[in-house]
Amino acid sequence: MTALSQPGVLFGLCGAALVGMGLFVVVTHPGLLRRIVGCNIVGAGIFLVFGAVARRGAAAGLEADPVPQALVITGIVVAFSASALAVALLKRLSELNTGDRAGAAEPRSGS
Amino acid sequence: MTLLLDIALVAWLLALAVHVAVQSEERSAIIALLAFGLLLGLAWVRLAAPDVALTEIAIGGGGTAVLLLRAEAALRGRDRQEEGMTRAGKLAVAVGCAAISAGLGFAVLTLSTPPPTLAPAASEALAATGLGNPVTAVLLAYRALDTLLEKVVVLLALIGVWSLAPDGIWGGAPDVKPTAVPAPLSYLARILPPFGVVIGIYMFWVGADAPGGTFQAGTVLAAMWLLAMMAGLTPAPDTERLLLRIALMGGPALFLVIAFLGFAFADGFLAYPESVAKPLIVAIEAALALSVAAALAMLVAGPARKAPAR
Repeated sequence: MTALSQPGVLFGLCGAALVGMGLFVVVTHPGLLRRIVGCNIVGAGIFLVFGAVARRGAAAGLEADPVPQALVITGIVVAFSASALAVALLKRLSELNTGDRAGAAEPRSGS
Repeated sequence: MTLLLDIALVAWLLALAVHVAVQSEERSAIIALLAFGLLLGLAWVRLAAPDVALTEIAIGGGGTAVLLLRAEAALRGRDRQEEGMTRAGKLAVAVGCAAISAGLGFAVLTLSTPPPTLAPAASEALAATGLGNPVTAVLLAYRALDTLLEKVVVLLALIGVWSLAPDGIWGGAPDVKPTAVPAPLSYLARILPPFGVVIGIYMFWVGADAPGGTFQAGTVLAAMWLLAMMAGLTPAPDTERLLLRIALMGGPALFLVIAFLGFAFADGFLAYPESVAKPLIVAIEAALALSVAAALAMLVAGPARKAPAR
């Protein structure tokens, strides 16, 4: 239990749980868009584990180690780019399957 | 008292993740992801990482949600569905995922003490860079190579998205504006961007000494541009337009030039001469913020949908 009292460990455990949950969504959900959401949850969990490592590294007047934080910022941007590419591929796949342009027929209500 | 806040945040994050897993309606799951991203930002503040909190809320929460909501609207009713798994299959996967979570949790609980940290090294060298924010120093001075490569990865993803347009309309404009623009969206797109641009520039400028920085600023600017495009106030640019491509390439190009100049004026690749370290870093940040803004907005906009206007 002493490990739990260290700063940031609670969020690290939360991250570990999120990795499992996100992985479950990615593997079992029938719809492909939800799997992309699941991937994002896995990523968030991994970043939280990084955050726990950073928080524990508080020293020299800083409240957290800045190096893992910078890695997480890089990771968030790269994960977004990957999601964007995945979404574009998914839209193209649905166009190829149904034969008409995704979103061409229905008037979108400005979501 | 703050422990109560931490526990509440963790409980909400897990509950939202469960909601995403069991919810049948796609839209509700994506909005749960948006809420998840925003609460995750609060969690990052509790982890003493305000820079990461800003990035998570902007990109992980807002950016990803906009991307997925547009996808959900475009895919409504035609998302490719695999066959669902049997109950036994789902149970087996659940056991496997629980094992992975348990393993990660065990690793988190048994992290080595005393915790290894680079914070002393980071803050010692901070004076040489002229910056006050150690995270910015890591991103643009100590690990500048990572940031350069990250920008290249973003551009590669953009090229990947653009390459999904048919050959005949390569170079055309993406489809951002919906067929009918609701009046509140039009109003918001007129009111918000002036403030958004000022806030974005402020976040970039203050990132040298306080939480903030390039990517957060770039995301806010991208969001303002996307808002204007979605309301039809400005047309989505042809992807072959020179100005757009210069904006996209400007950041990494300047970064590379300064990196190679490091051979001549300092110790080597990506080394800054100490007397001009801060101006160089700020210049790189400015160019990079514009490039990131253009790239993120174009990533959300998607591939070309109509032939370029020649």
